[in-house]
Amino acid sequence: MNLEKVVYAFVILLAATLNFGFVYGGIDDAAHHHVWQLFAATTVNMIAVVLKFGDRTHIGAVHQASGLVALLQLAGAALVWFFLAPAGGGPMSDVALSSIVSLAAGALLANIVSVVIMIVDTTIQRR
Amino acid sequence: MQSVFLLSIRRLRAPLILIILVFAFSTVGLTLIPGIDPAGRPWHMTIFEAVYFVAYTATTIGFGEIPYPFTDQQRLFVTVIIYLSVIGWAYLLGSILSIAQDKAFQHAMVSARFRRSVSGLREPFYLVCGLGETGLTVVRVLDHLGTRFTAIDRDEHRVQALEIEALSLDAPVLTADVRSPETLSSAGLLKPECMGVLALCNDDEANLAIAISACLLRPNLPVISRANSPQVAASMAALGTYRVISPSHEFGEHLELAMRAPDTHRLLGWLTSTPGSYLPPSLPPRIPVAPGHWIVCGYGRYGTQVVAAVQRGGFNATIIDPAGLQVAGLRCIRGTGTGAAELREAGVETASGIFGGTDDDTANLAIAIAARRLNPNIFIILRQNLQSSSVLFTKFGADMTMVTSQIIATECIAVLRTPLLAAFLDLTRRKDDLWAYSLAESLRDLLGDEAPSFWSFAIEAGEAPGLLDAMARVAGPVRAGDLSRSAQARQDRVPCMALLLVRGTQTVELPDDDFPLEAGDRLLFAGRRSAEDNQVLVRRNANVAAYVLGERRAAEGWVAEGGGDGGEVGVEAVMVSRQLFRPVDRLLSGVHDRAGSDGLTRSR
Repeated sequence: MNLEKVVYAFVILLAATLNFGFVYGGIDDAAHHHVWQLFAATTVNMIAVVLKFGDRTHIGAVHQASGLVALLQLAGAALVWFFLAPAGGGPMSDVALSSIVSLAAGALLANIVSVVIMIVDTTIQRR
Repeated sequence: MQSVFLLSIRRLRAPLILIILVFAFSTVGLTLIPGIDPAGRPWHMTIFEAVYFVAYTATTIGFGEIPYPFTDQQRLFVTVIIYLSVIGWAYLLGSILSIAQDKAFQHAMVSARFRRSVSGLREPFYLVCGLGETGLTVVRVLDHLGTRFTAIDRDEHRVQALEIEALSLDAPVLTADVRSPETLSSAGLLKPECMGVLALCNDDEANLAIAISACLLRPNLPVISRANSPQVAASMAALGTYRVISPSHEFGEHLELAMRAPDTHRLLGWLTSTPGSYLPPSLPPRIPVAPGHWIVCGYGRYGTQVVAAVQRGGFNATIIDPAGLQVAGLRCIRGTGTGAAELREAGVETASGIFGGTDDDTANLAIAIAARRLNPNIFIILRQNLQSSSVLFTKFGADMTMVTSQIIATECIAVLRTPLLAAFLDLTRRKDDLWAYSLAESLRDLLGDEAPSFWSFAIEAGEAPGLLDAMARVAGPVRAGDLSRSAQARQDRVPCMALLLVRGTQTVELPDDDFPLEAGDRLLFAGRRSAEDNQVLVRRNANVAAYVLGERRAAEGWVAEGGGDGGEVGVEAVMVSRQLFRPVDRLLSGVHDRAGSDGLTRSR
């Protein structure tokens, strides 16, 4: 067992699971989507992108691209949250929340691709 | 370049992740710790406010406690995150600096830049391998002639020496192993713009490796290579190398020519000298005539060639060699030649000439000084090994000084300058003194003392479309002299002279002004740069060519009918073509002596 590989798989899986946790639930139901979940998903996705840096293989390039897509979608969701959050607190409007969640759902798709690539890459390794 | 970027960012993964984690931790902490607003109510930072605060605190901007003054609880936490973020940034900056100072990284950056600038070259260029004294001399002349080049050398110091050289064009230079084919292709060997490879390393094996790579990767590409030993020279010739220069052999030939035909030697020296040098005065030759005897100190590659040359010239030779070699048919003395006793034994008082040819500059000078003291009239030839000793050699003033790098560079440039020049120089070498003397004098009358420029072209659609067009229209034969006519006033002559004309397999040396030209002829000219510009105009612009060839109607087509003699029409034709074609300020600004007759007059 290699600690580096454990950390790598851990971060990529965590990025996908956190993202899923944020998206899961009714798309316009404010009770199902918490800002901390989005924050955590974005942070872990950032770390995942940094971890994927510098792999020069073809599969590494696709991996890197999927990570960047996920990060872009999550950053979009965070910006929408920032601009559309009502001043002085209070619940999000339905429209704002659905666009945030749909952006995060896009990120989830990219994260799933990332996880699939990681699994494929692992299984084709010969020992 | 891209891979360099990716590799370096890969080494920044740890500090980047640390910074992300510090930011996340600080943001979460600041958001969770309650503050108090001015009205005394508890208050929580939003995520955005927290990120903003961490960003300016971590980067030491420090805008202060916004939006409200912090509580002590908050301040305690901020103290912690300040230290954390400082550690994160210090780690990141340290990693970036260590990558930037990494030798491998720097080399990767430099080679990437080199590759980029080579692949960006869109003009014809030469690939120069080896930047020793020879390479540097060649590169300087190439630069002076406005020819582009790329250069590689194994030695970093030599590459740096070229980088600080004041060259007019920015040339791509790289420190790399010249033997590797990969290096050669990164220096542009495979590019169609590469006109030739110059293998000028000090090391024969490296030159041979370059010649082999070039021969296999780019068959038919001219390779000009230096070869010190005859074996390597033979291998290169077998590869089909375009020109193999072996300095000792070259020098032997020089010496022989200088003895046989001093004026031919003088003419060749002038024609092949670096641009901007002057024709030496034709002095009564000092070089001794047979019979007599020569002393050759140092019987190495050069000594052998000198002995062979003086023997062919009808002299006897005595060799002085520290190894005490015994060569059949020669008097051999053991020693260095620096001592008076050895020189006397070799008969220095009665000798015609002496060659100081060891591979030590100090020893060569010592030999020469001793010999001159013992026999003030002796003819002295010295071998100078290093460019750095040139002050001493100039001061001593030997009758002939041979500098290896200079010999190779001269040969190289003669081959490179323009296609027909090498053929003309070969032809000159076989000529006698009188022919060379008269050519030198007529060239000097026409062009002045400064070494001329050379150019060559073929009367074909690609190189001389205007001229070809005009030749088809003009009735009667077109003569070689017509190409020396000024585009402003056709009766004036621009300072240039046709040296060689090649038609199919036939070669005409020094075609005179009445020689009829045909389409497809290839011509070599010597002259001043201004004359070349003039000729370029004639070659490219059909109307100028028609005027120069003497067809009035075509030239007048551009301007009002009637009036003026040929000369004025010519000026207007050039003025019109100037707008259409390209600036010829230099041509137009010259004051020309207009003779009334149609004959050629000279103007400088």
